[in-house]
Amino acid sequence: MARDTIVLLGVNHKTTPLAVREKLALAGGYEQPLAALRRLDCLDECFLLSTCNRVEVLFTCKEPDLARRQVLDTLFAGSVSREEVAGCIYQYQDREAVRHLFLVASSLDSMIVGESQILGQLKEAYRFAAEKKTSGMVLNKLLHKSFSVAKRVRTETRIGASAVSISYAAVELGKKIFGDLKGKRVLLVGAGEMAELAAEHFVGQGVAEVIVANRTFERAVKLAGCYHGRAIGLEELVEQLQHVDIIVSSTGAPDLILTRKDVAPVMRKRRYQPLFFIDIAVPRDLDPAINEIDNVYLYDIDDLNNVVEMNKSERDREAVKATRIVEEETLKFCGWLENMEVTPTIVAIRAMADQICRDELDRTLGRLGSLTEKEKKSLEKMAASICSKMLYHPIRYLKTDHPCIDQQKRVEMVRALFNLDRDGGEGP
Amino acid sequence: MSYLLFQVSFVAYILAMTVYLVFFFTQKKYVRALARKLFFGAALLHTANIIARLVEAGHTPITSVHEVISFFAWSIAWCYLSFRWRYTVKNFGTFSSILVVLLMLVSALAPHAILPLSQTQHSWLFPVHASLAIIADAFLALACIGGLMYLLQERELKQKRFGFFYSRLPSLESLDKLNQHCLSIGFTLMTLGMFTGYIWARRIWGGRNWHWDPKIVWAMITWFLYAALMHQRFTMGWRGRRAAVVTIVAFMAVLLTLVFLFKGVHGHGA
Repeated sequence: MARDTIVLLGVNHKTTPLAVREKLALAGGYEQPLAALRRLDCLDECFLLSTCNRVEVLFTCKEPDLARRQVLDTLFAGSVSREEVAGCIYQYQDREAVRHLFLVASSLDSMIVGESQILGQLKEAYRFAAEKKTSGMVLNKLLHKSFSVAKRVRTETRIGASAVSISYAAVELGKKIFGDLKGKRVLLVGAGEMAELAAEHFVGQGVAEVIVANRTFERAVKLAGCYHGRAIGLEELVEQLQHVDIIVSSTGAPDLILTRKDVAPVMRKRRYQPLFFIDIAVPRDLDPAINEIDNVYLYDIDDLNNVVEMNKSERDREAVKATRIVEEETLKFCGWLENMEVTPTIVAIRAMADQICRDELDRTLGRLGSLTEKEKKSLEKMAASICSKMLYHPIRYLKTDHPCIDQQKRVEMVRALFNLDRDGGEGP
Repeated sequence: MSYLLFQVSFVAYILAMTVYLVFFFTQKKYVRALARKLFFGAALLHTANIIARLVEAGHTPITSVHEVISFFAWSIAWCYLSFRWRYTVKNFGTFSSILVVLLMLVSALAPHAILPLSQTQHSWLFPVHASLAIIADAFLALACIGGLMYLLQERELKQKRFGFFYSRLPSLESLDKLNQHCLSIGFTLMTLGMFTGYIWARRIWGGRNWHWDPKIVWAMITWFLYAALMHQRFTMGWRGRRAAVVTIVAFMAVLLTLVFLFKGVHGHGA
């Protein structure tokens, strides 16, 4: 009998535009959707992860196609049409699913490669699944493994240390200006993808507050909600300059939205505390002359690109290393997964029993010495039949369907009893 | 004996500076740890030197050029260590150790005979006034170094050309904090120094307590410069580039005052 298939369904920032992602995101928390998934008979174990950039559904089941349909209907019916979901969702199975989860956990699949927030989000999501007991032996093992893979990647590579993107570069510059970003306030002007990316990064550095100003207020409110910040109208922009420290501008406006004349008078009111402007809009939002004001630093997208270029080769090197670690761990996990199947377990038990028989026979026959060939044969036969009689029930227990203990648990149990994994048996 | 200690501590400072420079270029952490130990050791030796000289001379050794400059270097070393104990400013040690070594060099070149105290210096106010003033100047010197580092880093950030210094210098914020910290202490000590100087002058000159002496005039100008900067800093929130520039300019005035010190009223044997 075959083991359950591990299936991963998901959307992320690479495959899906923000507008769709927004609708798919599980805004109401994990509890309800997890409970709904639990009611599906075709699923065995399940786990959900939803962040601003991705929604991932991980589950084990017997029939992946049926399960996929039911899961998508359960989670996303009502918000997005089936066709639209089908268009952007990706599906991975078994080894691919494991690899994808490891990539996500170690932040190699993130919008900002190497950021550390995702691991926290993953752990948080797992806490829900564990509390609701929707994850079982396989997913527990898989998720725990993904945490340790992420940790390995973090400690063995410098993926998290170098500036890996425009926003990261902005954060690095911010640190050179402010020292510590904790307690600083960030103002996002324009609520597009780039603004979101930057916000993500600054939040990862522990800024005190994120304020979003946008042409359409609704969008501003939504993005602000992502970071527990607040939204303001574009008209309040100049007034807000007095209270914030970092401004990330990325509007689609054709003209400048802030000029030197707007900013210069604010500095006196701010008691000359530094202001850091990041203009990632094309065409530019901010007057380049702003950079000439004392204690004001303005960087546009080209300036940031220069900073990123400085770190590019190192980042590539580290990403290669990190991917190698993920591959390695994927292989290891798949090895464990295969062992969890019935047949290899039976083979392993038999091999172990045979080995014991042979060892014991050799010892006894050596001591007796003067036996005829026939006598030897019957001794061997006896030993073999004791072994197979002893193993009859354990093997039957593995093979036959059991009403209340599922097969994977039984495999686990038998492997532990016979110490087939040598290291004392790996728990979930 | 005391001069031998001076030479040993001078060598130790040079070693510390060299190791600090090695750290500055290589950015290896264990090198910095070594540099710190060396610098601390050098400062201890220097302290021993000053105490030995005090015992030999029988008065606080701040009468000759050699002694004053050496005392100045010693103060800078200890001010740096006191600052280091509370804050971390990346690579500040490198710059400070260079200044200390330069001062030690000047001091070593000056004649190091022990001068007897002049008539006016036979007062308990003299060592108090002189050491307060010199320690104040040491803090102001550190503020000046911080200002220079600030300007270097600020230039890289404004011009967006990230060269050699960008990764090696600390954040602007920490340099500005350094500026504020050193100025507050330095200015307070300087004010106390001027006050004790005033009392001392009253005692020796009686009622005629104001001399149009270039040194005193410069000291006043310097004091007003710092007072203005402190005022602007605390009421207007002046900081950053402007504060750094004024700090450097004001320290130039301090140096000028020191030059007059060796010629004017305080001149020795005068």
